[in-house]
Amino acid sequence: MKGGHDLGGQSEMGPINPELESQEPVFHADWERRVFALTIATGMLGKWNIDESRHARERQDPLAYIQNSYYKNWLEGLEKLLLEKSLVDTEELVLAANISSQINESLLAPNPSLAKRMLAINTFSTMKTDSEQLFRIGDSVLVKVSETAGHTRAPRYAQGVVGTIAAQLGCYNFPDSSAQGIHEGKFLYRVTFSGVDLWSHSSAQDEVLIDLWEPYLEAAIN
Amino acid sequence: MSHDHDHEHTEPPSDLELRVKALESLLVEKGLVKPETLNAIIETYEHKIGPRNGAHVVAKAWTDSEFKQALKNDATEAVASLGYCGRGGEHLQVVENTNDTHNLIVCTLCSCYPWTMLGLPPTWYKSAPYRSRAVSDPRGVLEEFGTRINEKSIIKVWDSTSEMRYLVLPQRPEGTENWSEQDLQKLVSRNSMVGVELARSPEQKDKGDK
Repeated sequence: MKGGHDLGGQSEMGPINPELESQEPVFHADWERRVFALTIATGMLGKWNIDESRHARERQDPLAYIQNSYYKNWLEGLEKLLLEKSLVDTEELVLAANISSQINESLLAPNPSLAKRMLAINTFSTMKTDSEQLFRIGDSVLVKVSETAGHTRAPRYAQGVVGTIAAQLGCYNFPDSSAQGIHEGKFLYRVTFSGVDLWSHSSAQDEVLIDLWEPYLEAAIN
Repeated sequence: MSHDHDHEHTEPPSDLELRVKALESLLVEKGLVKPETLNAIIETYEHKIGPRNGAHVVAKAWTDSEFKQALKNDATEAVASLGYCGRGGEHLQVVENTNDTHNLIVCTLCSCYPWTMLGLPPTWYKSAPYRSRAVSDPRGVLEEFGTRINEKSIIKVWDSTSEMRYLVLPQRPEGTENWSEQDLQKLVSRNSMVGVELARSPEQKDKGDK
């Protein structure tokens, strides 16, 4: 999806103006704390995965995405997911009216100790597969131009550019399918791009390394 | 009686604040979240998990070559041996700065960041200016942080597009040969583990910022 989130290489975004590390709080307002916690807590209900959650934030007018603060985008995404997964309805959310305390299914809202345990365990994204990897270390690969209207993790700035397979990372949950609720594994590769192949002004020796799934790639003709 | 001093506190809440409050009330009323769980989540990321974790790992790698090797082989497992695991750290990769290579971490598509090592990312890391330019103009970005990298060095920019989470192992500063692991931790800034800065020099130890 050509959304406002796909920012790599975009120009005229202005200076970074970082806050001093010693002075920056974790949250800058109480509502940010609450949006963060609401997102993590509702995520624990198991009604959506990380890719659906990212995709929900991305599905916005590109300009709105860029102009919104970070946690405003989280809020937009969270409200969208709650509606789409029928955990709340529009009347309740927009009109704050007719709140029904009834939920159609039994969902377990974790208590604090369960939530802390869920945050402290590793949930791996690796998957099993019987298929063979298409690419080997050292192969030249071209990143296909994405036609998808959905979620993808192939950044636009690398599409149509040739890179080199630097590592085979294994088989991982494929985000493009995962964002649609489909759980399937695809091979993941670390691909090295020479800066000059991506940007005309790059220093000759600089590199960009991107983790890319096999369906994003095709063999490049040397 | 002056009202000036608490002016900020008497401002009416913004639309956004009201919207979030209403959403929280709705979700609590529907039994979808528990307020005490929200507080526990906030407490975890505001006070428990942060860059001190990463500084511990880096300082240990500087003083313990076996641990450093383990970290390079399988960072997830190596940091688990120190008790660090969980959300946003499942597939951890440590990339080492050397005399001829400097590493910089970004997530151009969202805000992927090694939570178990560094906590939640700072605002600049999630901002459009950083996400857009870290890949296309890393040297310019580094200069905005006051960091200059030798022209002959390679800069490797790692775009976190998968569930792999990257942590930079900065170079150990000169003049710290006899330092304890605990003292070394004070030199490991969060920014040095993202790669926008180098580790603090001994003179900057208690300064907090470069």
